[in-house]
Amino acid sequence: MANILVFTELHGTHVKGVTLEILGRLSGHNVEVATIGTLPTEAIAELAKFGALKVHSLKGANLEKYSPEGYANALKGFIASGAFDYVFAGATSVGKDLLPRVATMFDAGMASEVTNFIMEGDKFAGTRPLFAGKCFAKVELTGPKPHFVTVRPNALGMNANPTSAAASASESTVDAGAIRAMIKDIVKGASEKLDLTEANIIISGGRAMKEAANFKILDEMASVIGATVGASRAAVDSGFAPHAMQVGQTGKTVAPTLYIACGISGAIQHLAGMRTSKVIVAINTDPDAPIFTKADYGIVGDLFTIVPIMTQEFKALLGK
Amino acid sequence: MNIFVCVKQVPDTETKIIPTADGSFIETNSIKWIMNPYDEYAVEQALLVQAANAGSTVTVLRVGSSKDTEALRTAMAMGADEAYLVEAQDNLDSYMIAKALKGAIAKSGKTPDLILSGKQAIDDDCLQVPQILATMLNMPSVSVVVNYEGSATDITVKREVEGGALEIYGVKLPALIACNKGINTPRYASLPGIMKAKKKPLTTLSLTDVGVSDADKRVKYSNFQLPPEKPPGKKFDATDAAKMASVVKEVVGLLRTEAKVL
Repeated sequence: MANILVFTELHGTHVKGVTLEILGRLSGHNVEVATIGTLPTEAIAELAKFGALKVHSLKGANLEKYSPEGYANALKGFIASGAFDYVFAGATSVGKDLLPRVATMFDAGMASEVTNFIMEGDKFAGTRPLFAGKCFAKVELTGPKPHFVTVRPNALGMNANPTSAAASASESTVDAGAIRAMIKDIVKGASEKLDLTEANIIISGGRAMKEAANFKILDEMASVIGATVGASRAAVDSGFAPHAMQVGQTGKTVAPTLYIACGISGAIQHLAGMRTSKVIVAINTDPDAPIFTKADYGIVGDLFTIVPIMTQEFKALLGK
Repeated sequence: MNIFVCVKQVPDTETKIIPTADGSFIETNSIKWIMNPYDEYAVEQALLVQAANAGSTVTVLRVGSSKDTEALRTAMAMGADEAYLVEAQDNLDSYMIAKALKGAIAKSGKTPDLILSGKQAIDDDCLQVPQILATMLNMPSVSVVVNYEGSATDITVKREVEGGALEIYGVKLPALIACNKGINTPRYASLPGIMKAKKKPLTTLSLTDVGVSDADKRVKYSNFQLPPEKPPGKKFDATDAAKMASVVKEVVGLLRTEAKVL
């Protein structure tokens, strides 16, 4: 059995879904959870249900907003006060930025963005995609402890029957130290929807979308089924969509439950970024497009007529 | 200003990756190597900062095999002044690479005012080296940066996070900035640039020279393998306008009854 700390971010009154995915997989170990800020009652109950034995709210000056140095100093101080074998976090914007910094403060190693892992006794072994998913490898950690791991959202899946019930909640004061790179402002993105990397359903448009304005038919479908809209590199390079929406090796690697590719031919670098999606639907006029080799359901035809019909069908199915 | 740029050499994005028979890494013989695409933004940003601050130098650093020096030559052809290559195999872990980069900076004899890198390398996709190097150097750093403005002492950068939101940071130099697409438009190396690059100094160092040994290994990789192939899916022809509506209805139905994703 290992002593494990899971770092979580807060999303309103809840923790991020990936935190619960991680907890589900660590059942049977001595697992504690920490966040910077105050864990709301709902979040504590959620964490307890999924197996956290202790939950910690870490507080201190200059920690209202994320800063790489402030969060790293604060988390380092807290970790050093315990005896953890492992520190886990979701591979989110904060997790990916923060964990390598904290790991280095302990001269320790870190496995990035694993999509699966097991704990044999107190030994971690993970699987992670490399070359944007063109191949996979086993990853293990060595050297000073604690060892650090980030986990890709949506990859492990949620434990359907969490059984635990109670966790002890505590507050600790932490020191953010000197901060030389400080957030002055935050500009919200165009979309309030879930980020591509965390989305359960993604609808992506390719070069065949022809122009930026045509993405509105994808937006309409997305609002019906609660999806996030993405784009291929060809669409981004053509100026139809911003880089933040790009799926693929030079964009975001995604693993949603449902991926709908509209007018995307399926270049190797795009396939690499979305092939681990659980179910793939492809719509393309070219019956020989490579995307069809990865699609569970391929529809040969014109996306501009098919997408609106599909949106209506989704509405009927979901009673909207 | 002493400006440093860390670059990595990675397989071209069109490369088909083939694991070695023993699963210890990938076949590297027939690969076309390119500069990591995100590192091109770092090189360009270094040249823009150099142009705005007279007397600055741009030094490029790379850790990896010496079979091909494409990435360093490209950086110098774009305009960087000199380069250091720390010779090593192409699959070192992030901790070892960062420690080697730190050692190479020390060997250069220059104190960095600004270090630039790509936000991640598209081979191992770890997104660790910039943060590790900054922590080792006790330097502030911001990753996934899409905008850079400022002087030789103070800069303002924008970091892209979930949903395309931007965090705007004020940073005191020296600092390390890891660049994302969007920060600038990398220049192409001109023909005179390529000729000149051949005469620019490229210093080769060993891992021992920069103080890195096997004891620095933190991550062990094994069992490289291709992802499992999906069984072929179902394909529907909706090119005929008369059949289109029924095909779409059928697929949407299957998403609920067969795939169970809705």
